[in-house]
Amino acid sequence: MAASDASIEAPLVLEVRAVSKRFPGVQALDGVDLTLGRGEVLAVVGENGAGKSTLMKVLGGVHPPDDGEIRVDGRPVTIESVNAAMDLGISLLHQELNLADNLDVAGNVMLGREPRIGGRFGWVPRRALEAEAIPHMRRVGLDVSPRTLVSDLPIGQQQLVEIAKALSTRARVLIMDEPTSSLSARESELLFHTIADLRGQGVSIIYISHRLGEVKEVADRVTVLRDGRNAGDLTRDEIGHDAMVRLMVGRDVEAFYQRTDAHPTGDNVERATFQVERLRTAAHPDHELTFTLRGGEIVGLAGLVGAGRTELARTLFGIDPPIAGTVTLAGKRIALRSAHDAIAAGIALVPEDRKQHGLVLAMPVMENVSLAGLGEMNRAGWINATRERSLADAMIGLLKIRTPSRHQITEFLSGGNQQKVVLGKWLATEPRVLILDEPTRGIDVGAKAEIYQHMETLAARGVAMLMISSEMEEVINMSDRVLVMHEGRLAGELQRDALGEEAIMRLATGGFAEASEHA
Amino acid sequence: MRKVLGVFFFFCVLVIVVSVANPRFLGTDNLRNQGRWIGEFGIVSLGEGLVIITGGIDLSVGSVIALVATALPLLLTEYDFPVLFAVICVLSIATSLGLIHGLLITKMRLQPFVVTLCGLFVYRGVTRVFAGDLTQGYGTGFETLFLLVKGHLFGLPMPLVLLLCATLVIGVFLHRTVHGRYLLALGRNEQAARYSGIRTDRMIIIAYTLCGTCAGVSGVLLSLDINSMQPSNFGSFYELYAIAAAVLGGCSLRGGEGHVLGIVLGTAILRILLNAIILLRIPSSAEFAVIGGVLLLGVTTDEFVKRYAARRRAAQRAPS
Repeated sequence: MAASDASIEAPLVLEVRAVSKRFPGVQALDGVDLTLGRGEVLAVVGENGAGKSTLMKVLGGVHPPDDGEIRVDGRPVTIESVNAAMDLGISLLHQELNLADNLDVAGNVMLGREPRIGGRFGWVPRRALEAEAIPHMRRVGLDVSPRTLVSDLPIGQQQLVEIAKALSTRARVLIMDEPTSSLSARESELLFHTIADLRGQGVSIIYISHRLGEVKEVADRVTVLRDGRNAGDLTRDEIGHDAMVRLMVGRDVEAFYQRTDAHPTGDNVERATFQVERLRTAAHPDHELTFTLRGGEIVGLAGLVGAGRTELARTLFGIDPPIAGTVTLAGKRIALRSAHDAIAAGIALVPEDRKQHGLVLAMPVMENVSLAGLGEMNRAGWINATRERSLADAMIGLLKIRTPSRHQITEFLSGGNQQKVVLGKWLATEPRVLILDEPTRGIDVGAKAEIYQHMETLAARGVAMLMISSEMEEVINMSDRVLVMHEGRLAGELQRDALGEEAIMRLATGGFAEASEHA
Repeated sequence: MRKVLGVFFFFCVLVIVVSVANPRFLGTDNLRNQGRWIGEFGIVSLGEGLVIITGGIDLSVGSVIALVATALPLLLTEYDFPVLFAVICVLSIATSLGLIHGLLITKMRLQPFVVTLCGLFVYRGVTRVFAGDLTQGYGTGFETLFLLVKGHLFGLPMPLVLLLCATLVIGVFLHRTVHGRYLLALGRNEQAARYSGIRTDRMIIIAYTLCGTCAGVSGVLLSLDINSMQPSNFGSFYELYAIAAAVLGGCSLRGGEGHVLGIVLGTAILRILLNAIILLRIPSSAEFAVIGGVLLLGVTTDEFVKRYAARRRAAQRAPS
C-alpha cells in the first residue's frame, strides 16, 4: 500500500491527453487519456481490440498518433520513432521476445550499445561488455553468467534479459505487453517480484494483460479501455475482478453472447456427427483422445497454453496427420492425411494464427474467400470468374466484411474483417464440422459479436463446432459443453449447467488446487 | 498486371533508343535473329519464372540445356535414333530431372538453391563425360528438325512462335486455372495455402517439372541454332539469364508474384540489350556489366514506385 500512496503524490512521468489513432476501417483510439506516476505500476486492461496495443505502440514510437498530446515530465513531446521513445526513457517490451538468442546474455543486454575500442572499427572488449551488462542483470534479479547463451535460458529468464536490455537504455517507463503469456505460473511469480523491485527503484511500468488475476496482484491502478476509449479507472482499493469486467464489457454479458438452448434436429444434425476415437496426435503421442461432436453443437475446448489444443485442431484438420485412432463423420471413417482430405470430408479450420495460416495477406479479399473452395467449384481446373466474383460478393454481404471492394488486398483490412474473410473462405466450402481456434483473438468487439452470431446461425443449421478459446467468458457463454485439456490429455468434460471459470481452471491445471486460483 | 505495363514501357523505350542509335536494329535480318534468340531463351525463362513464383529457384537449367543440347546430336549421329524418338528422349530426361528436383525439395525438404546447385554441377559433369568432352554438332541432314529454328510461320521465326505458344499455355495455366492460383498463393504464404487444403507439395513438384521441360525445349532449340556445342561451357550462365529475365519481368524472388507476359518481355529486354551492345559498338567485354546494371536499375525503380504508391495511399487515408 505504501507504494501506491507514494505514487499518487509523485510527479507524473507520463501524461497522455486525448490521443487518437485511426487505421483503415477502424478507429483504434478515440481520445484516450492516461497518466503514469514515478514508480507506479499501471495496468491497462480491455478486451481484444479495445486499443491497448495501439496505445502502447503510440507511446513506444511505433505508430505516431493522429491527434492528442503526450507529455513526459510535464513537457509536451512528439514520439515519431522507436529511437525517439527510447531517448525519452520509454521502452516497449513486445509480447514476443526480441532477442538474438544465438548471442549470450551480455551481448543481448548491450546489443547496439556495446562499449567499443577503436571507435569505428568497433572491437568489443569482452570484459567491459560484461562489466556494463552485469549491473542491469542484477537489477532484474537475473542471476546467471553473462556468458550464458540466451537460447539456453528458460523463457522466463529470457524475459528478464529483455527487461535488462530495456533498463540499459536508461528506460524510466517500461511498457509490458502481455508479459506472462508464455510463462509458467512460477516464472510469472518471479516476474512479479522483479516488477515490485523495479517499482522500488523508481521505474514506472505500464502493464498490459487480460489476465485479471495478475492485474490484481501487480497493479497500483487500473485504466480500462473499451472500443478505443477510456472506460474508467480503478484505484488500488477498487481493483477487483467484477469491477474490471463490468468496465471492460460495458454491457450485459448475457446479451452479448446470444446462445439459444434450442438444438436443431434432423438429417443435418446426423450428417455432422463427428466421432473421434482413441486419437493420438504427433505432439502428444502418449495420450488417446476420444470425444464426439454432434451437429448443431458448439463444444468449447479449454486449457492452458501448451495443453495441446491447437495440435489437436491441426491433427483433426489433417495438417499433422494422426498417429493412431479413428475419426468418423456421420458414421463414415475419414482419412486425414492432409488438409485436402479434411476439407473433402467436410471439415474446416479457422486457424489460430490468422496472418500466417488463415490468409494469404497479399492477395485480394476475393481470392482469399475462394481459395479453399476453388478446386471443388471448378473440377476441370478453370477458374469461373463470374462465379468467383459472386461468391466473394455473397460472403462480403453475408458476413458484412467492411472492404472498399472485393479486390482490396486483405492485408489492409482490420483484424475483425480479416477474420471474417477467413470465416467466409470456410463457409464457401459448406463444412459439416467447423473447428475454430481462438476465433475472436485480436478483433474488435463489434466484429466479435458478429462472429458469435454467425456461429449461432451455423449451429442452427446443424454444423458441429469445436471452439478452442483462452477467453473464459467466451468459452462459458458460447459453449453447449466444454472439453478441457491438460498436458495433451482430455482432463474432463463440463456440461453447460456446470460451466464456470473455477471448474474449468481446476481441470485445465490438472486438478492441483493451489494453481487453480487464477482469477 | 500494372508491373507488366511498367516492363512494357521499359521495353518500348529500349527499342526506340536502340533503333534511333542504330537503324540497323530494325533490319529484317536483325529482327528475325533477335526473335529467334528471344524464343529460345524465353521458353526456359518461363519455366524459371514458374519456379520463382513458388518462392524457389532453379540454378540447374544451364546444365540441363547443355545436357540436352549435347545428348540430342549424339543420339542422332552416333546412336542413329529416329528424330522424333530422340527428341522425346531428351525432353523426357529434362522433365525427369525437374521432377527429381521437385521431389527432393518437397519430400526431402531440401533447399531449392542447394538441390539445383548440385544439379548445376552434376549435369555439367555428366554432359562432359557422356560427350567425351568433344564438341558436338548435327553435321548434315535433319532438315525437318532444323525447321524448328530456321523455319518461319507468318513471317515469325519458329522459336518465337514456339515461345508464343508456350506463353499461351503457361499463361492460361498460371492466370486462368486454379493450379496457377494455387502456385501464386503458396508462393506468397505456403502455410496458408496448406491450411486451405492446397496440396502444396504437388504444386511445387509440378513447377519444377515444367521448368525442367522448358529447359529441355530451350536446349533442343539452342543446339539446333548453334550446332556446335562444347560440353564444357555450352549453356553456362543461362540459368542466370533466365533468372534475370524473370526478375526483370516482375517476378519476385520472395515468391507469389509474376506474370508470363512480364517474363517474356524481360527476356526480350535482355536479348535486345545484348544486341545493342554489338550495334552500338560497346565492347562485348562490357556485356555482363550492362546486364547487371540494367537489372539493378529495374529492381530499384520498381522499389521506388512501390514506396511512392504506398506513401500516396497513406496520404489519401490520413484525413478521413
